[in-house]
Amino acid sequence: MLTTEQMQPFNDAVNDPLSAETASKEREIIGTLCTYAPEELIWAAGFHPMRLFSSKSDIVLAENHLQAYCCSLVRGILEDSLAGRLDFLTGTVFPHTCDSMQRLSDIWRLKGKYKFFADVVLPVKLNTPSARTYMLDILNTFRTELEAAGGRPILEQDLHEAIHLFNRIRRSLRALYDIKSQNPSIISGADLYTLVKGSMIMDKVQAADRLEQLVSTLMPVDTPENDTGRVILSGSVCDSAAYYQVIESADVQVVADDLCTGQRWFDGEIEDQIDPMAAIADRYMDRMICPAKHSDLTIRGEHLASLAKKHRAGGVVFLLLKFCDPHAFDYPYLKEFLETRGIKTLRIEVDEQQDNAGQITTRIETFAHMI
Amino acid sequence: MSEEASKEKRKIKSAKKMRDLMTTYYLDALSASQNNKKVAWITSGGPVEPLVAMDIIPVYPENHGAMIGSAKMGEDLCAKAEDMGYSADLCSYARSDISCAVVKGGPIGGLPKPDMLICCNNICGTVLKWYEIQARYFNVPLFIFDTPMCHTGYSRPVADYVRAQVDEYIRFLEKVTGKPFDHDRMAQVGKLSMEGQRLWQKVLNTTRHKPSPMSAFDAFFFLALIVTLRGTQVAVDFYKELIQEMEDRISEGISIVPEEKYRLLWDNLPVWYQLKWLSNTFSAHQACLVADTYTSAWCGAIQYIDPDRFLDSMAEGYTRIYLNIGVDQMAEQVIQMVDVYDVDGFVMHSNRSCKPYSFGQMDIMNIVRERTGIPVLMIEADMVDPRNFSQSQVETRIDAFMEIVKQGRDKH
Ligand code: SF4
Ligand code: SF4
Repeated sequence: MLTTEQMQPFNDAVNDPLSAETASKEREIIGTLCTYAPEELIWAAGFHPMRLFSSKSDIVLAENHLQAYCCSLVRGILEDSLAGRLDFLTGTVFPHTCDSMQRLSDIWRLKGKYKFFADVVLPVKLNTPSARTYMLDILNTFRTELEAAGGRPILEQDLHEAIHLFNRIRRSLRALYDIKSQNPSIISGADLYTLVKGSMIMDKVQAADRLEQLVSTLMPVDTPENDTGRVILSGSVCDSAAYYQVIESADVQVVADDLCTGQRWFDGEIEDQIDPMAAIADRYMDRMICPAKHSDLTIRGEHLASLAKKHRAGGVVFLLLKFCDPHAFDYPYLKEFLETRGIKTLRIEVDEQQDNAGQITTRIETFAHMI
Repeated sequence: MSEEASKEKRKIKSAKKMRDLMTTYYLDALSASQNNKKVAWITSGGPVEPLVAMDIIPVYPENHGAMIGSAKMGEDLCAKAEDMGYSADLCSYARSDISCAVVKGGPIGGLPKPDMLICCNNICGTVLKWYEIQARYFNVPLFIFDTPMCHTGYSRPVADYVRAQVDEYIRFLEKVTGKPFDHDRMAQVGKLSMEGQRLWQKVLNTTRHKPSPMSAFDAFFFLALIVTLRGTQVAVDFYKELIQEMEDRISEGISIVPEEKYRLLWDNLPVWYQLKWLSNTFSAHQACLVADTYTSAWCGAIQYIDPDRFLDSMAEGYTRIYLNIGVDQMAEQVIQMVDVYDVDGFVMHSNRSCKPYSFGQMDIMNIVRERTGIPVLMIEADMVDPRNFSQSQVETRIDAFMEIVKQGRDKH
């Protein structure tokens, strides 16, 4: 088990990104809205990329910009911005993903609250050579914008350092996930969630150092624990420790995930021997896609099935954010794809505005008996 | 003149011809396989001209969705999709099409089975997911024409990427049909497409006349040809006749709304299952919806297209359409329309189904209000799924809005 002391800095970063000991001291902060934000470039330009989450405050000001049928993540982040809770930002970057994010970017740009603003309209297709060329072009455009904002060129050396730094974070998180999969009782799901979220928020050197320390103290036990009650989480964001707690109190272990706030963020390392811009583009082309992007027609199903096999999971729990189109469209096919392969599924609708984790206990318990 | 006779006189005669043309088109499409013709399903804003040049019959699930909505069959089909596991919060065109493909329901017993799917994401991300689903279901090749969102402008990387895909698209069609692409035919189709779009613009412009010879409700109906038969002589000929009829109406002083007094602009897709009711409700206030942001999307990109270099310029034309630009540019276009059509009020349909069209509407509303001073009404509905529409509520809001419009006009 991780001690309170070990978890402290990550908890602090999650609770208050700025006052925490782990906040960036010299770097100005650029908020990012999705895992497709090229964080290495932002870091290489001298900024601190910080993933934005909704503080889940009541929607008051955002009511005047976004209708109630917009997902709570998008509405929640806009509310935070309008209420001044993000005034510490120097700027933001919007990678293009879903229709809701696309319009949030427009509304955000028109508000013009921060010094720096960038849209990074990556290709939607991630499986053709022309899309890769375009991806690289767009990354280069973004690099130029960052250079202008940072007032200095981004050197090859800066890029290599940033890639190295993020690779360290990725490697450690992967190691922690592997430990969790092998011996679920060593790290609780809630802690793992906090470690990932904290790393998305805190200063990146601090994140890399602290994660490496953690990994070195955790010793997986050789004998794997029993195979019952192992599940994978799938969805967009799962921004609440409560879901992990409810699942684990039903004696079900989360052993892997396909989440924006999980493996989709840190899977895949960037090659550091080749041209860094090309290497960054390659990671996005190769990484498991988010459903707002296109690759092979059944790639997400195959990915989940292979995760389940690798981690000996009997079920996949879909945490679907209300009004999230890309994930809702994929759900019926994924359900069928997995169930014909003997993997059970459970769908839970999530609304960040109203934490309903408590209400799913019975459904999780029933599911636990099925897997 | 009796009321009956006056109603008869107001009727647009070309409507019958248009219905016949659409019937012929759907019969052709439904019997495609007997005639050894291939069928492609394509998104409404997709590049159809290469299909026409290859003699492939284009079929539009969104047009079919509109038919389902008008036939009031949307609720049932949407509910069937929900039974299949699709969330009720998804686009109702997508939901009704997905279930219709399985149960072969709807007004024409389902669309002809596709031989290929062409998805252009210039309108939304929904179509990407929707076409992936159909590609898995029908097990046919899918081509995605990826048109990056142009929040603030059109950049060189975007231009290069989209242009490269025009060639990939043609290679895809050659592969699926096993026939070489005919560039001479393409040049003709490109010219016809441009001419059709120009004529469609002209049809829409006839409503600048006061009183207006037609309304946006008519435009919603006559739109089907520029969507489905773009690039053909049929569309060109038909719109020429329609323009003639409109000009005749203007010279004879026939208006679509009796005693038109107020002119309004509509935003977003139509509420298909309530067209008649909405039209009557506004007419009762002597208000005519003279224009809309939706039907003009099929001629909004004319400025970027060069009929002599159709394939090259179509990349830009298809990328810079109304929904694929920033909210501020959309507001600019609305403001232009307010001016061109000289309207007294703006009615916005907040459409639960269509997120890219509806999110940002409130910002557009504020910009338009500030810059033009005209009153704006926002009504909540859905284009196909009637479960999200409350007639009494909408009626009260329209009545209140029309009071403000009237007061605004009296001041002038
Ligand atoms: S949760 Fe879904 S709808 Fe919301 S921003 Fe993410 S992908 Fe878009
Ligand atoms: S209605 Fe909107 S979401 Fe649905 S297919 Fe059309 S553009 Fe896309």
